[in-house]
Amino acid sequence: MQVLVLAGGLSAERDVSLRSGRRVAEALRNARPDWQVLERDVDATLLDELSADAPDCVVPLLHGSAGEDGAVRDVLECLDLPYVGSRAAASRLAFDKPVAKTLVRRSGVATPEAVALPHATFRELGAPGVMAALERGIGFPLVVKPARGGSALGVSIVRSREELPAAMVGAFAYGEVAMLERFIDGTEVAIGVVETADGPVALPAVEIAPDGGFYDYAARYTAGTTEFHVPARLDASIAEAAADAAVTAHTTLGLRDWSRSDLIIDGDGTPWFLEVNVAPGMTETSLVPQALSAAGIDMGDQMAALVERAMKRV
Amino acid sequence: MSGGSRLDPWVDSYATRARGMTASEIRALFAVASRPEVVSLAGGMPFVQALPLEALAETAARLVRERGAEVLQYGSGQGDVTLRGQILDVMSEVGITAHPDDVIVTTGSQMALDLVTRVFCDPGDVVLVEAPSYVGALGVFRAYECDIVHVPMDDEGLVPAALEETIARVRAQGKRIKMLYTIPSFHNPAGVTQGADRRQQILAIAQREGLLILEDDPYGLLGFEGAPPRAIRADDDQQVVYLGSFSKTIASGLRVGWAVAPHGVREKLVLAAESAVLCPSNYAQLTVSDYLATQPWREQVKVFRELYRERRDALLDSMEQLMPPGTTWTVPQGGFYSWVTLPEGLDSKAMLPRAVAALVAYVPGTGFFVDGQGRESLRLSYCYPDPDRIREGVRRLAGVVESELEIAQTFGTGHVLRDGEGPDSPAPDLL
Repeated sequence: MQVLVLAGGLSAERDVSLRSGRRVAEALRNARPDWQVLERDVDATLLDELSADAPDCVVPLLHGSAGEDGAVRDVLECLDLPYVGSRAAASRLAFDKPVAKTLVRRSGVATPEAVALPHATFRELGAPGVMAALERGIGFPLVVKPARGGSALGVSIVRSREELPAAMVGAFAYGEVAMLERFIDGTEVAIGVVETADGPVALPAVEIAPDGGFYDYAARYTAGTTEFHVPARLDASIAEAAADAAVTAHTTLGLRDWSRSDLIIDGDGTPWFLEVNVAPGMTETSLVPQALSAAGIDMGDQMAALVERAMKRV
Repeated sequence: MSGGSRLDPWVDSYATRARGMTASEIRALFAVASRPEVVSLAGGMPFVQALPLEALAETAARLVRERGAEVLQYGSGQGDVTLRGQILDVMSEVGITAHPDDVIVTTGSQMALDLVTRVFCDPGDVVLVEAPSYVGALGVFRAYECDIVHVPMDDEGLVPAALEETIARVRAQGKRIKMLYTIPSFHNPAGVTQGADRRQQILAIAQREGLLILEDDPYGLLGFEGAPPRAIRADDDQQVVYLGSFSKTIASGLRVGWAVAPHGVREKLVLAAESAVLCPSNYAQLTVSDYLATQPWREQVKVFRELYRERRDALLDSMEQLMPPGTTWTVPQGGFYSWVTLPEGLDSKAMLPRAVAALVAYVPGTGFFVDGQGRESLRLSYCYPDPDRIREGVRRLAGVVESELEIAQTFGTGHVLRDGEGPDSPAPDLL
């Protein structure tokens, strides 16, 4: 049995992906000593190798574009290679935050109102006018983020009109479309969803309390700068509603095997869906490993179960 | 809040000086730059492939075979005495005369930088540095909690009048200045070189003000025209601690550098070195020593000069042809780097994600300052990619700057993004 963990790639989240890949590969080796678990970057020699010596299963842990937008998964499907995680088409929907929000909202889950605009719109209509309209439509504070991407790269919380242009420039540095989303004040949680024989199951919610108040790149990947509570300190009914929201997002978007939804629980206990990840981070400071640990599930066993699940689909 | 997990049980135990040691977005982007698809004009890795590798392999093997009991053993904290003598021969190229006892061999000149700072600086002591300055030096000064003050430069390097003004201003604030850190030749990152007169003026100010000069000269032999510039240390053996390195003239992976210091300073540096690493690697030192004794090292330095000159020309020519109007750059007469200033209003740090997506990398200017300056500038290095790759990198970078100009036209300029934490510079092994 040979399992290939794909990690790295060319996205801005390459480093995070490499760390996720190493950690998952190691966990798989510990959980299944009889498996041969290989790690590999994605480059121009990959397909030749896959053709010459196809692994029994692929675990794509590529974060950001190509990994999460479905592109690499499309290629794996063309090669008839079983892989862990969502299919290409569903990944594409999930990776595009405005699209994912629209679909999840239709299933009855709250999501902050948002507008996604390409740079061209600001250029054609004039940035001051568009920004004034956005201020009226969404209001401050709001969150500006690239429509596609992760690890909070290019994300800013904007509290006033003066801060908005810089935030737009920051988001457009990571992509052609920026999303402006109403800021919800509340408790930030991440909820992993894993599929079992009984269907998708939510893992315990991970509550995130960064020291600086903003869960940015440094807060995500510097151990010690963020306090986590697992399970999140939520009333049982609210925790259940949040778990339901994560499972609804997973099923609505047609995701497969596993996902991680990021939500905010506001003061009234309403869970607001922000985004979902089809290749959740698995680094030392990532959220799904904490959730698995809190649930008493060994990360290697869980990933092996997903590999076995993928194999059965062949 | 309490009762949660921070994933690091020692989070409350770290020293204050560890505060800036965090993950950074910029470092994440540099991780992409190591991929072969990306033309990296970011790193400062010497092109060691141009070395006589077979001869070095033979040297390394012979040393173990014939002198194994010596090269694999601890050595002197001050460094191998034969090598120290050979270093005098190397330094004669920049006009320095000294005695082997004046030299301490270190694990790269970076370690010498660390030792000098350790010996001289208490927390809060002021270190004057050029604006911009070498990122590795800033890291050392930060680690010792120095108060780092930048002194302006022009096309001839550190500006003497600005140095005088800065000394007066800092002292008027009641602060204690411990040294001036300067890279007179082929500056990293600015790519400029102090002329002989400029060096004399700076030395005169230091003598008058009782200011120690820490002269860092890793690129001194890598000039493209004429003889290597005369070191400041060549004209004063008491006012200057001189740092030299084999990283660019032989191989950075050997980690062999040195310091030349006045007697009292050197004695302390040796004791500090012993407490840090006991002694520099004997194997690395004797490899360098054997190479200097048996190989035509001056000829090899000429090979490097020609190689880097060709690459410098490729960079400058392609920038001349391709970069949008309003972009300016320094014209290095040696070394590895050109300092590029973007059209007005552009921010090199904010632009980096776009550049990496376009498969070209540079180091944002902010990495070379401690006070947020440098947003309008970036460092391009031409030492590693071949000329065709350099031209392709500039072509991509020019497109990125054009796109950024469009964004700036849309949203206006001068918007300062929220500053992320962590380093704005790459790790040493970035291409």
